[in-house]
Amino acid sequence: MTKIGLEIHCQLTNLQSKLFCSCKANYRDFAINENICPICMGLPGSLPRLNQEAVKKAITIAMALNCSTPEKIAFFRKNYFYPDLPKNFQITQLNIYGDTSIGGSGSIMIGDKKIRITRIQLEEDPGRLIYEGSSSKNQITLVDYNRAGTPLVEIVTEPDFENPKQVREFLNILSDLLENLTVSDPSLEGAMRADANVSIEGGKKVEIKNIGSFHDLEKAVHFEITRQESLHSRDIEIIQETRHWDDKRKITISSRSKEEELDYRYFLEGDIPWIKIDSAIQSKLKSQMPESISSKKERYVSKYNIPGQVADVLSSDKFYSDLFEESHTESNAKEIANIITTDLMGLVDTREKKESSKITAVHLRDLADFIQSGKISRNSAKNALYEIVKTGKDLSQIISELDLGNVSDESELIQVIQEVVSEESQAVEQAKSNPQTINYLVGKVMQKTKGKADPQLTLTLIKKEIGI
Amino acid sequence: MNLKISALDYVQEVHTGNISAEDFVASTIERIHKIDGTLHAFLSVNDDAVDQAREIDKKIKSGKKVGSCYGMPISIKDNICIKGSKTTCASKMLENFVAPYDATVISKLKNEDAVFVGKTNLDEFAMGITTEFSAFGPSKNPWNTDYVPGGSSGGSAVSVSALECVASLGSDTGGSVRNPASFCSAVGYKPTYGLISRYGLISYANSIEQIGPLTRTVKDNAFMLNVISGLDPNDNTTIDNKNEDYLSGIDSGIEGKKIGIIKEMMVEGINPSIISATKDAISKLERLGAICDEVSLDMVKYSVAAYYTITATEAGSNLARYDNLRYGYDFPVEGYEFNSYISKARRNFGPEVTRRMIIGGFVPSTGHAGKYFLKALKIKSKLTKEINEAFKKYDLLIAPTVPVLPFKIGEKIDDPVSLFLVDVNTVTANLTGKPAISIPFAISNGLPIGMQLLANSMNDKLLLQAAYALEDTVTLPEISI
Repeated sequence: MTKIGLEIHCQLTNLQSKLFCSCKANYRDFAINENICPICMGLPGSLPRLNQEAVKKAITIAMALNCSTPEKIAFFRKNYFYPDLPKNFQITQLNIYGDTSIGGSGSIMIGDKKIRITRIQLEEDPGRLIYEGSSSKNQITLVDYNRAGTPLVEIVTEPDFENPKQVREFLNILSDLLENLTVSDPSLEGAMRADANVSIEGGKKVEIKNIGSFHDLEKAVHFEITRQESLHSRDIEIIQETRHWDDKRKITISSRSKEEELDYRYFLEGDIPWIKIDSAIQSKLKSQMPESISSKKERYVSKYNIPGQVADVLSSDKFYSDLFEESHTESNAKEIANIITTDLMGLVDTREKKESSKITAVHLRDLADFIQSGKISRNSAKNALYEIVKTGKDLSQIISELDLGNVSDESELIQVIQEVVSEESQAVEQAKSNPQTINYLVGKVMQKTKGKADPQLTLTLIKKEIGI
Repeated sequence: MNLKISALDYVQEVHTGNISAEDFVASTIERIHKIDGTLHAFLSVNDDAVDQAREIDKKIKSGKKVGSCYGMPISIKDNICIKGSKTTCASKMLENFVAPYDATVISKLKNEDAVFVGKTNLDEFAMGITTEFSAFGPSKNPWNTDYVPGGSSGGSAVSVSALECVASLGSDTGGSVRNPASFCSAVGYKPTYGLISRYGLISYANSIEQIGPLTRTVKDNAFMLNVISGLDPNDNTTIDNKNEDYLSGIDSGIEGKKIGIIKEMMVEGINPSIISATKDAISKLERLGAICDEVSLDMVKYSVAAYYTITATEAGSNLARYDNLRYGYDFPVEGYEFNSYISKARRNFGPEVTRRMIIGGFVPSTGHAGKYFLKALKIKSKLTKEINEAFKKYDLLIAPTVPVLPFKIGEKIDDPVSLFLVDVNTVTANLTGKPAISIPFAISNGLPIGMQLLANSMNDKLLLQAAYALEDTVTLPEISI
């Protein structure tokens, strides 16, 4: 049986500062080596100053993944030389000297499949290496330390996945969950990274490192299974090793064996005293936790009678579910859910579009009200929505500017209907003999009114006009 | 200018206008230029010291608020960062490192208008007890310049003893303040772990080391502690001492206090004149009303082994950052692969640091940690348990600071193990986090002997009271330099 385990690194991008200093956790907007200080550069004499908020956020993640948090947590040093590591050790957590990591023994469900979470640990991100020069001989390595010290939560799973599809489903659920907790924005480049270990029946465990995105992770796992199966079918032994994901060629490559021999000489980080996490802190954090995606979904279905599939889509995306939460009332919930899932999601479907979108909860509430009171047709609402997203103007202004209001005056509508009836005499006759075809006439009226007529009213008036 | 006055007298004299900070600092700098060629207490001297003192005089004259140090000339061990100054750790690796920030103790002293006269010599990265492992040559004992001044804060002790400053800051990882204080006849203090911020102290073994003042009197030491102690957001291991005033009530005496004489620190191999000095100290304490008897701390016999195992492990990690990539000395990277570059660049460490880093790479490694590093941690925790038990019965503990008299420069440098054993009486305070003080107690054949007192954690005030009482019983000959 194929076994896959994951180590997921998630930056706590929503924090103000780095894990051990006051440099910005959001390093992305800085020029190279501008977001650094004596602490994150590991200058002689500097000491780590633990960001308490990071500890709280990490505990929140542990709770959301049903992990237990020990009463006391500790930090350790992982010692190795690497140019992206200013101190040549990384401050991290581990459980080899008792359970001192921020979370342990959790689980998460993907459908009916349970994925066990081994451990959750809080640690610092290293800097970023930039390679310049083409051939390996002329290549030089530059280091940008802006990222060094960014708070990172590592989530380690048991090897419970059986195929790449489960991996992908898990990652989707996990990134929605992290976004919903407001701890991280998984769509930011490099905010979520993962290593995987893969073994097939009869083979040794192979670790794959350096996978830059979740999209590539699924590919890497798929590649690795195929590679191992092909070795196995030719009776070639699958050795235990670490392999790197080659981003360009989309294959895994064996790492030099030297790296596997590293002895990290873990020991307690004396500069950070043990931290007590008592039950009072835990219950406080629990009470502050945002409602989970599954509970939201359940509420949408049971309270507002929103169809399960719509509720599913709506609850799992924080951007849309926040909009929904802010705008809906008991009476318009279904209408708003409908606007969001059928129209808005198509218009605003990327991170960039979400960021630049001008839509607010008020817009959605107005739209639902106008539709429900017949002031605007669904069709016009869609056009209005496009304008709202683009300009942020309020709905009534858009309606008057674009002349989107419903033809509410019956006489005006009757006039249009009379025009259509006289122009479409053949269709009228057809409708008289076969009432199913009357929709053609309704369509013509809609066309003439640019979609502003109320379809129900139009139908009634046509029937009256042609006498059926 | 009488440079021999205490810190408290200095403050009084400048405050009343009898002397000016500028004159005193100028005389101090002049003395440094005159005698430090011989003593080599300093690695660098602050050329702006006199100007800075003049500014403080101006403040005093204009009636502005003046900090409690009144321009007092203070020397700083060269492993503590002063913004804009070279901070070398007496190492070729940091020969040109200019600190871009102030250590917390430095900010606190600056706020109180202290003047830094220079950075003092030490064993490279504070590893050693003689200053002979300084990459820039040893300091000399001012009592006899053929002898070592102790270490690693040797330069600091020399500068205090030889009147090249009024007070100094050193750091104490296994006795590095108390040992040279004992060898040079100064007061050296290692406070409760966490009492003084380590932010800006270049780490050697961060879990047990503390910055500590070296002064000429116990009161001066309490004065320094008042300025530099306290909670610091930049050092998560600091403890809140609620702005304790260590000077108030320092003369409360020790009547009725129970003092334990640590048996394992009075064993064979110890110099006979040190044994008799200790007996003398005990009888003096008894005359002051203290009740003294012997206490056994069984784990002390393993303490040096545990100390070197733990400190080597932490040093191996703390010194890993010196890869010469971000700062260091001139050695171009072109043409090197990362690992070959750093292993070459790191050859600039001296022999003792290299030795300890090699040990530090081995003792905590997979397959060996159980036999060495984890065992050392066990000894540390057992020793702490033992000393905590002792403090249930005793208010204070006493032992000679160093079991041997100062020895000649070069005498022990080729015998690292015999050097290690000199630490046997000092490492216990570090391993257990307890405060300990060494005060000048006797002179034997022209060489100083220091006496050490220990107290329970956060009983620093009591410890200083006892040290003050004992100091009061001692009259020592003047230094002749």
